[in-house]
Order: sequence, then structure tokens, then C-alpha cells
Amino acid sequence: MSGLKAQINSALNHWWLPGLLALVVLALITGLPLTALILTTSEINLSGVFQNTYFNRVIFFSFYQALLSAVLSVGLAIPLAQALSREQVFPGRKWLIYLFSLSLVIPTIVAIFGIVAVYGRTGWLNNFTAWFGIDPFSIYGLSGILLAHVFFNMPLATRVLLQSLDNIPDTQWRLSTQLRLNGFSQFRFIEWPAMRTQLVGVFMLIFTLCFTSFTIVLTLGGGPRATTIEVAIYQALRFDFDLSSAVSLALVQMAFCTLLLLLSAFFKHNAPLGFSITPAATVFRPVNKKRWVSFSIIILAALFVVLPFMGLLISAVNPSTVAVLIHTNTIQATINTFIIAVVTACISVAMGIALLISSRHIRIRLAYHKLGQWIQHAGNIILVMPPVVLGTGLFLLLRDFADVFSIALLLAILINSLMALPFVLRILDGPIIQATEHHDKLIQSLGISGWSRWRLLDWPLIRQPIGYAMGLSAALAAGDLSAIALFGSERALTLPLLLFQRIGSYRLHEAATTAGVLLMACLVLFVLMRAIAGGQLLRPIHADS
Amino acid sequence: MITGIRRALSIGLTAVLLTFAQSSHGAQTLTVYTYESFTSEWGPGPIIKTAFEKQCDCTLDFVAIDSSAGILNRVQLEGKSTKADVVLGLDYNLMALAEDTGLLSESGADLSAVKLPIDWDSNIFVPYDYGHFAFVYDTKLLPEPPKSLDELVNAPDDLKIIIQDPRTSTPGLGLMLWMKSVYGDDAADAWKKLKPKILTVTSGWSEAYFSLFLNGEAPMVLSYDTSPGYHMAIDKTEQYQAAAFDEGHYLQIEVAALLKSSKNQELGKSFLQFLISNEAQSALPLTNVMYPSIDIGDALPAEFSKLIKPTQSLLLDTELVRDQRKAWVDEWLESAN
Repeated sequence: MSGLKAQINSALNHWWLPGLLALVVLALITGLPLTALILTTSEINLSGVFQNTYFNRVIFFSFYQALLSAVLSVGLAIPLAQALSREQVFPGRKWLIYLFSLSLVIPTIVAIFGIVAVYGRTGWLNNFTAWFGIDPFSIYGLSGILLAHVFFNMPLATRVLLQSLDNIPDTQWRLSTQLRLNGFSQFRFIEWPAMRTQLVGVFMLIFTLCFTSFTIVLTLGGGPRATTIEVAIYQALRFDFDLSSAVSLALVQMAFCTLLLLLSAFFKHNAPLGFSITPAATVFRPVNKKRWVSFSIIILAALFVVLPFMGLLISAVNPSTVAVLIHTNTIQATINTFIIAVVTACISVAMGIALLISSRHIRIRLAYHKLGQWIQHAGNIILVMPPVVLGTGLFLLLRDFADVFSIALLLAILINSLMALPFVLRILDGPIIQATEHHDKLIQSLGISGWSRWRLLDWPLIRQPIGYAMGLSAALAAGDLSAIALFGSERALTLPLLLFQRIGSYRLHEAATTAGVLLMACLVLFVLMRAIAGGQLLRPIHADS
Repeated sequence: MITGIRRALSIGLTAVLLTFAQSSHGAQTLTVYTYESFTSEWGPGPIIKTAFEKQCDCTLDFVAIDSSAGILNRVQLEGKSTKADVVLGLDYNLMALAEDTGLLSESGADLSAVKLPIDWDSNIFVPYDYGHFAFVYDTKLLPEPPKSLDELVNAPDDLKIIIQDPRTSTPGLGLMLWMKSVYGDDAADAWKKLKPKILTVTSGWSEAYFSLFLNGEAPMVLSYDTSPGYHMAIDKTEQYQAAAFDEGHYLQIEVAALLKSSKNQELGKSFLQFLISNEAQSALPLTNVMYPSIDIGDALPAEFSKLIKPTQSLLLDTELVRDQRKAWVDEWLESAN
């Protein structure tokens, strides 16, 4: 008996090590920059931020555009989700929903290019409306920001709401047919209550995403006309070398992010993380009497999402394509992008696994559920300390020791690893917990421990999710602009930075090809990481949350 | 798996470190931070590089920073460990601000040949060319341009102009100071009237001039009184002209300076002196499209005599600009955006 106990103990007595290591690393990467930020405030006047009218406007605009973006995204998602739920079978439905899930992995800056190609000054829409003598629509400023935010977030909201609608029990629908409810009553008594439970959660999620939005506001903000706090921090540092403004805004931003995170903790949402092809439902649906309304909505939404991709693909091949492809900047940027993506994926997944190994022990074996969860939540620190804030802190910390522009790639890897960590944790949490819950007793009775346990049990079970997490974090890091924007330069080019510069100098042919290269890079990285780490090549993905 | 991760990590890190290692060069490389149009193939960069390398037995390395005013920020951000030896492309307005950073050292240059619209008394900055800010217009799109800044400010809103951001670009800063010189405390109101005519604010001069103006996006762009000289001499066209404004034009004097942190002090000094040599100066009018800062005689292209002659050179005190810039930029952000 005591022999078995000793065995179990030896199997479990290192449970704290990986988590502790990960926590220490997290504490160092975020704690030191935060300290640097706070120490710098002793030299500055924080109340100045709130007295400065420009900053006040920036803070107001951050909330204003986030509110409008969230209202529009969710507001448009309601009829769309309803239409998609009422029309369970039509050709291309599967692919449309699949496309909706791509918004998570498409690099923001690539999608922005697609949006510019369609809605920009010389884009399709303005060329089309010019025939009718309509004044051109300007994509720069609030309208462009809202357009891009809706492009990214309406599909997200639609998927969440559609999930709730698809979960409505058949009995309710049968009842509604028996009661001969009309379309509006069906919405009011069946669909709306189902969606309502998710509404606040998804609204808060989108509000928070748009509040800290960086790339979209930076590129479509049209100069200082429309600027969020996140972009204002970047400008204070890179335009003005105005440390006091950068630091004050960074602290203000952290305070707001903490507030938003606490607020959204009250409202649960089940936003799906990855992309999945939902199997065609065989659920019962009453006859849709207004099919033309549903289909009009679906066709409009499909055009809205598909057109920018078409714009991108069509313009990617142009007279300067070859010159751009063989340009040394493009090649250097591609190499750097791959380095950042691969290293980020490794660090991020390693940290995620380390945190989960320790937190599962605390949660399941020691039964301190809350404590275990909090340890895991430490991995979400980037939500409180957004990339530009973290970057500002890192800059203040390192400026006396190093030229941050020379170590830009390293800093981008650090920041990107933290940015990917919340996704990694959500993907791996379920599989790792399951492996523990289902097999702990068996494993202990067989006396398998440590490395053997990992190799024989954990690894085969979670290899596929790990591959997915690696693929996703690599794609996210490859497409990210927010970390590299602060420290990137001609010495540390990445594809998103190069694309940003080429859009910024209105070299649209060059930008189009760069966007194509970046999109390919993300795809290749995603598939490759899943193939290598996950041991699978091109199987449909179901590793959803 | 763990070994796999470890191996992948070490490969990745090695690759990262190798990339960093490439950035260190031999001792005899002079690194010059400048703005984009200076280094482009039609700009003065290539000519200056060839000519200077012939006499210095060194490598001259131009690094293009996103925009002209960005050069100073960049050196400040990089701090003591900056790779730059020389900064080239600041202007008179930024001199006091740049001097205050304490990052610059004396040029030691002999400035006796320098001939500018004002007397030169800085021993840190070497003025290498000058010109006046002006709105350049496309005569095909706009046959009757405004005759004064005030006429532009009060023009109908369908007249579109492209300007630059004063936080990133020296022309943008120049326009802000031009407005300040003409309107003083009423500048904010004037900006509010100008606002609907501003098609877009770019961060640098190149994108405003090349990507937008020359592609016909707007009939007028903030540039220099010298810009038409290039079109007349090289493109052989008079389509693009500078609008002469009654209030006078704001002066830009472009300067270069040596960094204290540079390990190539002597080489840097000889480069600064070279900048105001006859050889370098003769290359500037048609490559940087500005007036040379010394008398180059017949080397000045004939087309430059056809340029507008500003009735008055406006220039604010560089110390005043240093002290007020932030407040004025805030005012601009408030009223022009």
C-alpha cells in the first residue's frame, strides 16, 4: 500500500514545476515592462492626459467607434444568423460559414488591403457608383474603421448566434407550427430568446476587440482624424518621442482594458475560436414563408465577405508582381516572418502546456478549482496589457541597454507569444483536462509516470490539438502588425510591416502582391505546423472550442 | 516532442541571432539616416555616395527613415546605441529641438562659402540646401490657382489639396508654421476653414507628391517653390507650377549633423564638409530639387530662373518653434482634423 502511495507521489511531485516556470516567465515579460512604465510616471503628470483636449477626443473616439462597431456587427448578425438558421440547406452554405470562420486567421492588414481594393477611392464600389454620378465614398476615417470592424466581427457574431439558433430543440419549432405562429412571432418567442443569452457576451467581446483595435485604426484612421488610444500610444512614441504621453496613455489603456475584462467576466459567451465546417443540420425547421428575404440577406452578406477576397486575389497579379517577388525586401521580410511565426508558435504552445499541466493538477487532483483557473488566466495577461502597451513598457525597460530596433524580431516574438497564449490555452484546455479526468486512475494503477506518462498517454491524445494550436499561433504571429509596428524598421522587416508601408505610400500594385505573399505564408505556416506537430496534413478541422 | 520543441527553439533562436549579427559592419562605414526621397534612385543619394566613396576609402550607407521629421525621433528612440553616424534631412525649424537632445556634436565644418537667405551661425548643423514651401498645382486641373494663402483658406471646398503631417514630415511642419506666421493666434480658425479642402494628410512628402498628386488625385499639393524646376528640366513640361502667395513663403533650410555617439567622428566631419563642396552642391538642384546652399554659378540649371520669387521669406525663431511646437501641433490636431 505504501509502495503504491510512494509511486503516486513520485508521479505527481513535480506537477508544480512547469507551471511555475511559465508563471515566472510571464511575470518577467510583463512585470518588468510594467515596472518600467510605472517608474517613468514619477517624472510625468498623469492628469495632463485628461486635460489635453486631443487626448480626451482620442479616449472618447476609442469608446465611440467600439460601441458603433459592436452595435453594427451584432445588429447585422441577428438577421443574418436568423436567415442562415431558417435556410438549413442551400448550395454553398457550408462554405459560407467556413469563410466566416476565416476572419480569425486572415491577417488584418491583408483584409484591409482587400477592403481598400473594393471600397477605396479607386476601388470597385466607387468606380461603379461614379457611373451614376454619386460622390465617392471615403474609406479613411470613421466609415472605413467601422466597415473593417464589421467585416471582421459580424461573421464572428453570426457564428455565435447561429450556434444558439441551431441548438433550439425541434419540439419548440413543432409547437410553433402547431400554434401557427407567424414569422415575427417565431422570432419573438423562439429565436430571440435563444439568441438573447449570447448577445451581451458577444457584444462585450466585439466591443473589447474593437476598443484595442490597432491595425485597422492605424491604416484606415486617415491620419490623426480618427485615432484610438492604442494608436495614439504608437504615435506618441514613434512620431513625437513623447514619453510622458505614451506612458500616460498606456496606463489609461491598461485601466480601461482591466475594466472591460472584469465586465465581460460577468457575461459568458461561447464564441467559437477556430474554424469548423458545421455539418449540415438535420434539424426540423418550419417552412420559411419569406425565403426571398432570407436569401437577399444571405446574398448581401456573402458579397460583403467575399468581395474583398476577390479584390485581393485579382489585384495580386499585376505588372509589378515579379519585381516585388524577387525584391530583397520581400525575401528578407518573408524569412523574418517565418522565423517569428515558428518561434512564437513554439514558445506560446510550450508556455500553454506548462501552465495547463500545473493547473490541471491543482484543479482536478487537489480540487482547488478556482486557484487552478486563476493560474491559467495568467496566460490571458495580454488582454489587460495590449501589445502596444507592452511594447512601450519593453522599450522603456530596454532603452538604456540596447537599441530596440536591432532586437525588433526578438521583441515581436515575445509580444506575439503572449498574444497567441489565450488561444493556445483555450484550444488545449479541454483535451488536457479530459486526458486527466478519464485516465488518471488507470495510469496510477499501472504505475506509469513522468515522461512515460506523457509519451504514452498525453501526447497521443493531445497531439492533434497541439498541432492546431501551433498552426493557429504561427498564423497569428505571421500576420500581426501591432508588435512589429513599434520596433520594426528597414532593418527588421516583416511581411505585415512591408505591406503596411506599401499601402501607406499608396503603392497599390506592390501592396497587392505583398498581401498575396503574406496570405500564402500564413496558409503554409498553418498547414505545415499542423502537419509537423499535429501529425496530420489536410483533414477537416474540428478542434473547435 | 519536448526534444522536438527544444530543437525547433534552438534552430529558431540561432536564426534570429544570425539575422541580428548581420547588422554589424566594419569600422569604416559611415551610416547616414535620411528621408526616403534622398536615397531613391533619382535622388541625390546615389551620386553623393559614389562621389564621397571615391575620396574617403569608406562605405557610405544611407538608411531611409519613413519620413523627414521621423529621423530625429528615430535617433532618440535608439538612444545611445544608435547605428547612425550622421543625420541628414532635419530642417531649420527642428534645430533647437534636435540640439536639446544632446545627441549631436559640433560639425567643425568651414561654412564660409555658405550663402542663404539668412545668416548662418550654428556650429552644429551644416545647411546643405534650401527652398520655400509652396503649393504646387497641376495647370491642367487648376488653371486659376489661389493667389494668396488667405485665398486658398477661403476658397470653395471643392478645391482639394494634399498636405503632410507636421509630426512626421518637415513640409507638414513648415505649413503649420507658415499658417502660424500669417495668422498668428487666428491660425486655428484658418485651419478650420482649410479643413474641408484637405483631401488627405500623408505622413511623408513622397507619398503626397508621387503617389497621389502626380497620379491626379488632387490638383494641389504642399511641396516647394523649386519642384517645378525638376519637371521643366527633366520632364520638359510646364504642367506643374508653384502658386506664388502674396503673404510670402515659409523658408526651409535642410541641415545635416554628426552624432556624438558616432565612432567615426573624423569621417563624419569630412562628409559634412563634402556636403557643401562644389561637387555635392552641383548635384542637388536636379536630384533633391532645392537651391544649393553655396554659389555654384552656371551649374545651377537655367530652369531655376523661371521659378517663382517669393516676395518675402517667412521664418520663425527656432527656439520659439522648439517651445511651442507641441502646443501648435495639438492645435493643428484639434482644428485641422
